[in-house]
Amino acid sequence: MQVYEIFKQEREGEAMKHAGNLRAPDDALALHYAKEFYSRRGESIRLWVVPRATIAEITDPDLLKPPLDRSYRVPAGYKINEKLDEARRRVRAAAEARAGARREAAGTVTGDR
Amino acid sequence: MATEVLHQTDQGEAERRAAFFAHIAAGGKVEATDWMPDDYRRQVLKFVEMHANSELMGVLPEREWILRAPTLKRKLALTAKVQDEVGHAQLLYRVAEDLGKSREEMWRDLLAGKTKFHNVFHYPTETWGDVGIIAWLIDAAAIVAQQALRGSSYGPYARTMQKICWEESVHIMHGRDIVLTLVNGTPKQRAMVQDALDRWWAPIMQMHGFRTPPEKDKDLAWRIKAKSNEELRQEFLAIYVPRILEIGLTIPDPELRYDEEAKRWRYTEPDWDELTRVVTGHGPKSAERLQFRQIHYADTAWVRDVILGEGPGALAAD
Repeated sequence: MQVYEIFKQEREGEAMKHAGNLRAPDDALALHYAKEFYSRRGESIRLWVVPRATIAEITDPDLLKPPLDRSYRVPAGYKINEKLDEARRRVRAAAEARAGARREAAGTVTGDR
Repeated sequence: MATEVLHQTDQGEAERRAAFFAHIAAGGKVEATDWMPDDYRRQVLKFVEMHANSELMGVLPEREWILRAPTLKRKLALTAKVQDEVGHAQLLYRVAEDLGKSREEMWRDLLAGKTKFHNVFHYPTETWGDVGIIAWLIDAAAIVAQQALRGSSYGPYARTMQKICWEESVHIMHGRDIVLTLVNGTPKQRAMVQDALDRWWAPIMQMHGFRTPPEKDKDLAWRIKAKSNEELRQEFLAIYVPRILEIGLTIPDPELRYDEEAKRWRYTEPDWDELTRVVTGHGPKSAERLQFRQIHYADTAWVRDVILGEGPGALAAD
């Protein structure tokens, strides 16, 4: 007897999801049990039946979640709001300065007349 | 269940084909182990292979700036981006391999200039401003296309896009942060990033490809991709033109404007001859970048020999 891990696809295009496992003496019976356990109500359109012994696993947190700052690898690692506000303020100030200069130039012309 | 059509073997070839394309047209998905007509398989392969090539070649312009990054954090972020993109190439070559072409063959065809990669990776990177513009706007143009590809009829490709899009969203933040830092900097830094935008705008406008009429686009008819080239370009412009302008940059196209009546962006006709020339290997950096890959491929042959168990190292172990 050996343990088989079962993965199921519930809808077209979806990733295979782990469904559970079962014990069977051989592959043929494992397929039969998988069908009975994981698609009795038509909830799967595809099943993968994989001997547990063939699954390689990594759980070492030093590999998976190293204790170093890697915030530059996630969107939240970038705080752009202040920089964005600063850029917008500068653009607004420049637009206002241009409008002011135009008004002043128009005033000077009127004053000359 | 709709996927049954992919497993019925008791019908004629023509019937089976018709059932397959009806399945696709109705929004159905295809998996690597499903039956599929050869022309569909070839078309998906060609599309994914070009995408994989682009990820792989796309790191070369940015890689040149790792040693010149202005701070340690920028260097880490840029190195991580380059690693991500090479990782995307690995994922996509894997998807393509399942469609019947070996990775070695795909590499050989790329190195021989027989297969293509995206136009934007044939151009030089002149300044640090280019690094910001590439990570922000080229990755943004790419993500618009890749988000649409999550609706691809080829399931393994569509799912790969979910992971890729998530990582690309980090690259866009990294790029936007570089650009914002530069525009908030000295006048010289502002001029540098404006100069980068001026040089990259034309290639960016060409990037989504010709305005092929949707009805003539086989990739679209077979839902290998979910949106037409022009739809993608319009989507990119709608999101990014306001974001570029609000920070004081100027877009080098006097014709660019939103046409309220037609509900679409108008722009100067991109130079399609340039696009054709560049993607067929006649861009300013095409030869140099391919040569870099060729040298690198030869240099690393021993690694493949050892891992694949075909080289002298493997014989010695026997």
